[in-house]
Amino acid sequence: MAQHTRKGAQFQALTANRLSDGIVVYLTREDRWSESLQDADVAEGKEAGEALLARAAPSVEANEVVEPYLFEVSLEDESVRAVSVRETIRQAGPTVRRDLGKQAELAGVHR
Amino acid sequence: MYRYDEFDQQLVNERVAQFSGQVARRLTGELTEDEFKPLRLMNGVYLQLHAYMLRIAIPYGTLSSKQLRMLAHIGRKYDRGYGHFTTRQNLQFNWPALKDVPDILKDLASVEMHCIQTSGNCIRNVTSDQYAGAAKNELEDPRIVSEIIRQWSTFHPEFSYLPRKFKIAVSGTPDDRAAIRVHDIGIQIVQNGQGEIGYEIYVGGGLGRTPMIGKKISGFVPKADLLAYLEAIMRVYNMYGRRDNIYKARIKILVHEIGVEEMQRQVEAEFAEIRKSGTLHLPEEEIARIEAYFQPPAYEDLPDESTELNKAVVADPAFANWVKSNVAQHKVPGYAIVNISLKPIGGVPGDCTSDQMDAIADIAEKFSFDELRVTHEQNLTLAHVRKKDLYAVYEALKAHDLATANIGLITDQIACPGLDYCALANARSIPLAQQISERFADIERQHEIGELKINTSGCINACGHHHVGHIGILGVDKKGVEYYQVTLGGAADEKTAIGDIVGRAFTEDEIVDAIETIVTTYIGIRKDGERFIDTYRRVGVDPFKESLYETH
Amino acid sequence: MKLIRNGEFVEDNFTTVGDEDALPEGPAIVSLERWQAERETLRARNAPIGVKLQSGQEPSPIAEDLDHIDVVALEFPVYRNGRAYSYARLLRERYGYKGEVRAVGNVLRDQFQFMIRCGFDALEVADNITPEIWAENVGSFSLFYQPAADGKETVLSLRQRLATRAREKATA
Ligand code: HEM
Ligand code: SF4
Repeated sequence: MAQHTRKGAQFQALTANRLSDGIVVYLTREDRWSESLQDADVAEGKEAGEALLARAAPSVEANEVVEPYLFEVSLEDESVRAVSVRETIRQAGPTVRRDLGKQAELAGVHR
Repeated sequence: MYRYDEFDQQLVNERVAQFSGQVARRLTGELTEDEFKPLRLMNGVYLQLHAYMLRIAIPYGTLSSKQLRMLAHIGRKYDRGYGHFTTRQNLQFNWPALKDVPDILKDLASVEMHCIQTSGNCIRNVTSDQYAGAAKNELEDPRIVSEIIRQWSTFHPEFSYLPRKFKIAVSGTPDDRAAIRVHDIGIQIVQNGQGEIGYEIYVGGGLGRTPMIGKKISGFVPKADLLAYLEAIMRVYNMYGRRDNIYKARIKILVHEIGVEEMQRQVEAEFAEIRKSGTLHLPEEEIARIEAYFQPPAYEDLPDESTELNKAVVADPAFANWVKSNVAQHKVPGYAIVNISLKPIGGVPGDCTSDQMDAIADIAEKFSFDELRVTHEQNLTLAHVRKKDLYAVYEALKAHDLATANIGLITDQIACPGLDYCALANARSIPLAQQISERFADIERQHEIGELKINTSGCINACGHHHVGHIGILGVDKKGVEYYQVTLGGAADEKTAIGDIVGRAFTEDEIVDAIETIVTTYIGIRKDGERFIDTYRRVGVDPFKESLYETH
Repeated sequence: MKLIRNGEFVEDNFTTVGDEDALPEGPAIVSLERWQAERETLRARNAPIGVKLQSGQEPSPIAEDLDHIDVVALEFPVYRNGRAYSYARLLRERYGYKGEVRAVGNVLRDQFQFMIRCGFDALEVADNITPEIWAENVGSFSLFYQPAADGKETVLSLRQRLATRAREKATA
């Protein structure tokens, strides 16, 4: 599995791609999948992170999503921000096409 | 161009049915992702940063207007209204839904297209010269053997699970526009002392983590034996290529480890056996059948000079610039080759909207015998345009923002998708290309700088051919921050070379200035008529090192 | 594991034995190393014998012995490792081997047809493979561009026959 988090990461969220259309989704507190990072459940600490990852398994089993993984986030003014450039782009869309992807469709996307 | 017969069509249809079944089984959960992944990867379906990606084969880069219109339609209906032409003459869509892929394949099959072997460890789409059939010094149209190889390699039962992907390129002219020396097999069409056409074979070229230049292992393979010879190379590779480490699995590593003489000996021994069995001997009749599809179009008898053209060049300086950079010589008097730049200033290299595709298809239909080409530098080519129509073609292209006059110049850059789309990337490539493009936007300055190729890859996989850019840029990741490493002196033509690393990597804020420093240094030391690459070959890396790092 | 031989699901009468194990009475498959060490005794046995080649063990060392070998089992350690496709073709086409060529290891349904084309006539498959799955996958393609070990007519040859027929019609 892809490794996109950091060992000492304090906060982590969980992302995957929806099987049927490939769109990026995030696991929410209610164990649903949202297209917005802002809806993501945020785990604090290593163990909570592992528990979060484990909660993705049923959706993988059910062929709802593929390739789930954890990544580091930070919490700023009530909003969830991806830490790496990669995950920032992933929750927004291509930086070279601001008219495409979540940045064009959703509120709360950060750049 | 080649047209499917009933057999070609049936095979593609059977493939559509097979893959549609696999997708259906995946969606119902009958197949797990682990089981499905190798299957989708045999059909050009990747999972990327934002969504799936679908890679469509454009065999040896030749397309009909009808096919391009279908790609436009697919982009509109199933994607986000655009596609991306790649360095392997393919087209990629960045947003298709998996559930739509069967319908997309059906649409493609209706115009004799497919995604077969556009990914996976098999023989990939054969690439060739975008000037095929139009170049002055061409010995034979390289698309004839390319098509023969396409058929032989399609669903090859022995070579579908090779150690790694396998890429073949063919050039029919001494000046190489197909980068054959950076392919697993490069085929140069040659003529022997008896005037017979045959093939010079290079093996073991490639980019990626360990860039290598292909080595010549045969000076002349006769036409009838080409497939036997290729099968011999493939068998040696399949049996002895490394499978313990994917970074050492390409044929270039095998050739490097056993040496080119040993490789040659093994291939010749295998070739002798295969040849003896006779099963792969290519009959004249089949060569002639395929050749017939690549007959020259119905050219008109025209004077070589066109007064219309000459007048327009004088009247419109922007057009004159475009003619200077984008139009190339054609073998037939009165005709020219037109290159359509997919590198507008500040644009995404290789991207083309569905509307642009439709427009280009119309122009090709009206002015270039209904056919066009994709180049490995991510541009398009109209191979046979009457000189007297050039101005009309220019105007039509201009109306769709397709008349950028920069072919071969500094803003005609190759860039891989990088971190904006690619899940493997370390850094972004496209924004860099855009910034460089904007910095050097002034057309007079571009012409003043002259031929200069900047290639950018977002990671070591080298999809953006950075090793063979005159200036190469490689994105690296240092603790989550994007950095860019610069190489100089690479080339992918008949004098192929791997660029030299110039020094420590640059940050995103420094890199465009660094490129400008390199260009200024070159301008300062070049001699009359020297292109960047000529100057570099004369002076080496040191003067550039000095100007780049002394002030820092 | 199930064994499919010439398209039929059959009982596997061969036992694959380790290098240290005693040989059973009946048909047995041994490693290349054991074959090379005990060739004479193994040849003298009255029961059918097979040799298993791992990936990396090409068939040339047993080329001379093939008359005495009933099964050559070729291993696919993972489906991605396609060396055995070449080994199978060499056995059939180069060495003229007429005995059983068996695919063992990671043999997946999507590979059945390629294996048959390369000269395998027996496949050890996962237990979930049914005759329906077999039939569907072994018949995915009905046309073939390239000659291989199964002797199937190629597209090229079909084209030539069509052309000949057209010529005959024209002259008739
Ligand atoms: C976005 C999805 C893509 C992925 C995941 C991807 C992945 C890869 C990988 C892993 C390699 C290295 C293979 C090796 O060295 O064995 C590679 C090579 C290559 N890719 Fe891509 N690629 C992608 C897109 C592209 C695009 C858009 C282009 C063209 C612009 C491209 C052109 C190439 C070429 C020409 C090579 C060959 C370099 C060589 O000879 O090693 N790829 N790709
Ligand atoms: S070079 Fe790297 S970043 Fe660029 S497309 Fe290839 S794999 Fe992705």
